[in-house]
Amino acid sequence: MSERDNILARIREALAVPAPMPGRDHDAARSRPVLPTTADQRRVLPAVGKSFDEQLALFRKNAADLRADFRFVQDLDALAAELKRICAAENWQRVASHGKELTGAACRALGLPVLLTDQAFDKRELARCDVGISECDALVAQTGSVVITSRSAGGRALSVLPPHHVVVARREQLVPDLPAAFALLKSKYGASYPSMISITTGPSRTGDIERILVLGAHGPKKLTILCF
Amino acid sequence: MTTPAVQFKQDARRLSADLRHRRIIQTAMGNYEVARDQRKAAFQDWQGARQMAAETKWEAVNHLDRHLEEFVRNLEARGAKVHWASTGQQARDLILGILRTKNTRVIVKSKAMTSEEIHLNEAMEQAGYEVVESDLGEFIVQLREEPPYHIVFPAMHLTRDEIKDVFQRKLGDAPSSNPEELTMVARRVLREKYLQADVGITGANFAIAETGMLSITENEGNARLTAALPRTMITLVGIEKVLPRLEDLALFLPMLAAMGTGQAISCYNTLYGGPRQPGETDGPEEYHVVLLDNHRTALLADAEQRDSLHCIRCGACLNVCPIFRNVGGHTYGTTYSGPIGAVITPNLRDLNEWQHLSYASSLCGACSETCPVKINLHHHLLQNRRNASRRKPSWWQKIAFKVFAPVAAKPALWSLVTRMGRLGQKGHRLVKGGRLDPAYAWTKTRDLPPIARQTFKEWWRVRP
Repeated sequence: MSERDNILARIREALAVPAPMPGRDHDAARSRPVLPTTADQRRVLPAVGKSFDEQLALFRKNAADLRADFRFVQDLDALAAELKRICAAENWQRVASHGKELTGAACRALGLPVLLTDQAFDKRELARCDVGISECDALVAQTGSVVITSRSAGGRALSVLPPHHVVVARREQLVPDLPAAFALLKSKYGASYPSMISITTGPSRTGDIERILVLGAHGPKKLTILCF
Repeated sequence: MTTPAVQFKQDARRLSADLRHRRIIQTAMGNYEVARDQRKAAFQDWQGARQMAAETKWEAVNHLDRHLEEFVRNLEARGAKVHWASTGQQARDLILGILRTKNTRVIVKSKAMTSEEIHLNEAMEQAGYEVVESDLGEFIVQLREEPPYHIVFPAMHLTRDEIKDVFQRKLGDAPSSNPEELTMVARRVLREKYLQADVGITGANFAIAETGMLSITENEGNARLTAALPRTMITLVGIEKVLPRLEDLALFLPMLAAMGTGQAISCYNTLYGGPRQPGETDGPEEYHVVLLDNHRTALLADAEQRDSLHCIRCGACLNVCPIFRNVGGHTYGTTYSGPIGAVITPNLRDLNEWQHLSYASSLCGACSETCPVKINLHHHLLQNRRNASRRKPSWWQKIAFKVFAPVAAKPALWSLVTRMGRLGQKGHRLVKGGRLDPAYAWTKTRDLPPIARQTFKEWWRVRP
């Protein structure tokens, strides 16, 4: 027998005796628990307003608490102009991104050579870039998170190796909460999932030295979210 | 040879008198409690969330065979290689085997308690590989050549000056004891390691059956880099980490963050579902997942304590435990410390050798009350005490109860003994707490309240 068969056999033998369910009467152990629905989850999770404006305000507040830089602008031109201002202020020399509609438009405005990570690239070259500019799948109001995948955001390294991660997003990508974010991932990728899905919330941080917050432990020191 | 029980007693005595250690831990825990309570309050119904999380985990663990098979099927469909290990030895051999075929030199690791459990680092170092822990806390304790102090905060027992010292000694680079500057030293050193490493090894917080993905929670980005840059990635995960559905994370991710670190959600919650897929340009070419049993099925077979496999390793029970806060994490001498460690270690290792941990508790129940998945921790400690004494009752307990039982059963004898006890206590007062005291082992740290001058029955008889 393989180790797989051994382990599964031990599991089945162990489970022949039913276990009581926490927080329920003993004879309830016989009935199977019902897994919570999305509506059940929404009843207990932190509250999120219904309207777009409420959700936008919540995202803005969460982003600020997490020390992410969130800027909501009129249109794609304004977004490109905003990006140009940040570029000048931080004196970017090398830029990395991936070839999608929003990132393409934003990077063209910078007028700098761009390392594209959706083609074969050298990881050491990416490590030397000042910024990684990516698209995303969703912004989550409830937590101030950005949902990215290896398919939507130029692979695994672009969003975590350079010291500054800039996300460009459309307002339609704002979702209210985590249940909505997972529902979106399922409907978008259910047939074939990318190899990585990351819910990123604020710039990289650590509290491992005397529980004092330091930004930029290993990942980006800055996270900027530009949305129009 | 020192047994674990003797070592525990020695270290506990030393550390509970170490006021400096206690101050460090109390400060850290005080900050944690404030943040945790804010996060709990943000939930519309925290108790409801706990019940849902407990039931979701119950379903996962009580139909583990089904969920594991679904998990493996979905993960393998995307080209990941899944390995099964019944023991720590098998898991080590499997991983060393993978390292050999990949011509490995440098290995970068993100935090994995499972790897501490099977002593993977020692095995890999002995085989000649360079192993680098990338989580800052783990990196610090690795430099100090000691095990993690706490499952979530590995270096919480150290001050910035101690960390500066070890950086100076081992890295030759410590500009100051400023936490930010120290963090940047680690960042510089580790950046190069991510780029050099041939293999990245991670643990995982959840294994999603429905989609065949491993979910890793972290704040630093070290696991993201470990999973992005090396050409081979290995995840070592306990079989009990399964969750049935992707959307279960909507509940578990914020609960884990609230209880683990007092955050609304951790900085990076990342799902890995395979090696580099067609059309992707980076990420590992090979992804190996090692499923570890290592006595988990024995715990599963104990229906009474099966819920201890619901544990999401948030560390909340350690943080609230009065014993942990006084004796510290290293005193336990185990991979998992605090209440959850005291419950599972006797089951994962050996009950007779580790049963003393069941007594490292005041039975206050703070652990059970805080546990986000409602594990009945302090009752399990009592059950372990019962199981241990059933298996090997101590001679003095046998004698004590042989004497106690007839006395307690006969009212006349009971009343005689209490009267003698009152007299005896008067005499005891002369030697109490001193070396001449026959009960010194008990009285040196405890007070024995005086027996009441009148029993209820005596009072009843003479009541006005």
